[in-house]
Amino acid sequence: MGFQAIQGEGWLLAKAEQLINWGRSRSPWPFPYGTACCGIELMCALASGYDMARFGAERVAFTPRQCDVLIVAGTITKKMVPVLKRIYAQMAEPKWVLAVGACACSGGVFRTYSTHQGIGSVIPVDVYIPGCPPRPEGILYALLKLIDKIEADHPLYKQRSKVIEALEAAK
Amino acid sequence: MSLKEKVQAVIGGDLVELTDFRGDLCAEVPKGRCLQVLTRLKEEGGFDFLSDVIGMDNLHLYEKKKQKKGKKAEEETKPEKQGPPPPRFEVIYLLLSLETGERLQIRVRVPEDDLELPTITGLWRAADWPEREVFDMFGIRFKGHPNLRRLLMWDEFQDHPLRKDYPLEGKGEERHLNYDIG
Amino acid sequence: MDLSLNGEGGNSVTKQVETICITTGPIEYSEYVTLNIGPIHPAMHGTLRVITRTDGETIISAKPEIGYLHRGVEKLGENMSYAQFLPITDRLNYCSAICNNVAYEMAVEKLLGIEVPPKAQLIRMIMMELARIADHQVCVGILGVDLGALTPFFYLIIQREEIYEIFEWHHGARLTNSMGAIGGVEADLPDRFHEKWPKLRNTIRKANDETDRLLTHNRIWMDRTIGVNAFCADDALNWGFTGPMLRACGVGRDLRKDEPYLMYDKIKFDIPTGKHGDVFDRYMVRMLEMEESVKIIDQAYQLYKEFPDDAPLMKKVPKIIRPPEGQIYHAIESPNGELGFFIKSDGSDKPYRIKIRPPCYMVYQAFEDLVKGEMISDLIACLSSINVIAGELDR
Repeated sequence: MGFQAIQGEGWLLAKAEQLINWGRSRSPWPFPYGTACCGIELMCALASGYDMARFGAERVAFTPRQCDVLIVAGTITKKMVPVLKRIYAQMAEPKWVLAVGACACSGGVFRTYSTHQGIGSVIPVDVYIPGCPPRPEGILYALLKLIDKIEADHPLYKQRSKVIEALEAAK
Repeated sequence: MSLKEKVQAVIGGDLVELTDFRGDLCAEVPKGRCLQVLTRLKEEGGFDFLSDVIGMDNLHLYEKKKQKKGKKAEEETKPEKQGPPPPRFEVIYLLLSLETGERLQIRVRVPEDDLELPTITGLWRAADWPEREVFDMFGIRFKGHPNLRRLLMWDEFQDHPLRKDYPLEGKGEERHLNYDIG
Repeated sequence: MDLSLNGEGGNSVTKQVETICITTGPIEYSEYVTLNIGPIHPAMHGTLRVITRTDGETIISAKPEIGYLHRGVEKLGENMSYAQFLPITDRLNYCSAICNNVAYEMAVEKLLGIEVPPKAQLIRMIMMELARIADHQVCVGILGVDLGALTPFFYLIIQREEIYEIFEWHHGARLTNSMGAIGGVEADLPDRFHEKWPKLRNTIRKANDETDRLLTHNRIWMDRTIGVNAFCADDALNWGFTGPMLRACGVGRDLRKDEPYLMYDKIKFDIPTGKHGDVFDRYMVRMLEMEESVKIIDQAYQLYKEFPDDAPLMKKVPKIIRPPEGQIYHAIESPNGELGFFIKSDGSDKPYRIKIRPPCYMVYQAFEDLVKGEMISDLIACLSSINVIAGELDR
């Protein structure tokens, strides 16, 4: 993790960014947006046996306001697209999205009049998981990949550049 | 009494055609008499369970048949007699007799310029959603239906997707709500 | 406001007002509260939406809104060959995909007029009953979760993984199985099945027994399920109910007995029925059906053992299937009830029209009748006990 322990009174020295990332990556609370078949495999991944809680996805949030990771598992139809947009807009920053399964990634086998061809055109997606449906192991692997991504993030740096931009604009 | 005879006896003069394919009996009745025939089948014939209501668009079926006929006509060099084209749509009611376990299909042809049928929700409430679905997918209206709205597609959708002239991948419709963000 | 013939999608009203108007009737000033549940709600199974009007906690009306998972399966079927459509049927009822596969295969076989070899029929039966057990386990587990009993779900889901293991050995997929082919099944039962089944049947029974001990005589469970959404048999038949929902009302109708297909007529099993049609009866019917399924697999396995190893599994069918012109309807008893496929062929290699009769579609349309006068929390119990699978509901 990059923490450095200094000898003595139990001191830990780390960058603030690392500390924030450590906290974020160890508790990616999921919002299970399971609409179709992939939802059943997501259920398996969350339940006993595969137990996604091992990786910090302990509390399954059933409200978009208290979650970090939106797991879109299943087909998103055109009728559902406005709902998905709304759910994503309701989530608090920082937020990440996992697209589980072929349907969420690209529309899958359903290239029809009522299926939206991939959620990537509606909301930003962090990790795509192929498969129809992917195995629970696949979903766990994607979660680990997402944790890697969170750890490599620079939350404060991004914030800093935003502040500088705003200051320059004010000048 | 076999099922065929029973159906003939119950439907009587309203029977246009009775076909049998792999043991599935299909009786065609005229559009105007459909409700009466179904009532009689329920009350006298013992067909007391409605399995499903199915809509169908026969557009390509007739095009194909015409092509076949055209080829034949070329070979025989005899122009065949052509009556008025058969109605484009049809609705099939799947009936079941709980007592005997016999199944029967009732076919009603619906011409394109008069897309209206009487509802059978008064006979079987099970026809509620299937009729709405037929309206949604084919645009066939059911007169007297308590709540005839789109079932599967969203309300602002304009077309009827299961018609044969509607493309599989749609015409690029998107759903927007007026309180949408972005 | 008469909405019975409301134009082509009712363009006359503005969109937002329309959504409210159409779903709950005209806006009137009253003491009732309109409450929207879903489509994203933990108890709504992903894609269901119910708009209720309540007086306090009592439901005055509940209008289900469906179509959030309408993927155009029927239209897709018209543009595919008969064999290509088989994997699409998996995605209908994804809790028991094998039943969908077999229902579709049998419908096409009826259209072609062929009968599959007896050994293949037995393999289909064994796999279908395993799928039925898995489906009921999910249903009972989710019913428990929605009513606040989380533990049985964990017992059942571990157990279900073992059934999935068998599926994986046989045809290589856990959930979307695409088992078999038109004309038979592609592979014999896996060798490991013969060792696995005697153990598995005991663990299935054990898991059911544990669930039974956790739930059935639990005071809270009984209070939340007994007498909730009671439904009478006449209404149920009028609404087109089939499967466990109908059997809970006291009508012992089961297509495996009434219109036997495959080899169900050679097997002895009972049809559990309820009395009151309430949530508790539906739960009990499902629990007892799992026991019956174990019995059916035992007997089918005994029959299966009589066949030699090299007995044929596939009937010869042409590579490109072109059935004769005609239309057929074939139904089987899926875990939720009568699952029917209506196929019309025009003599070409693609079906002219495919219509699927999903069992939960017919039950869910009576939802308003089922929950009227009950409490909001009973609506959740009712919805879970119906076992609405959005994939087959919306197709």
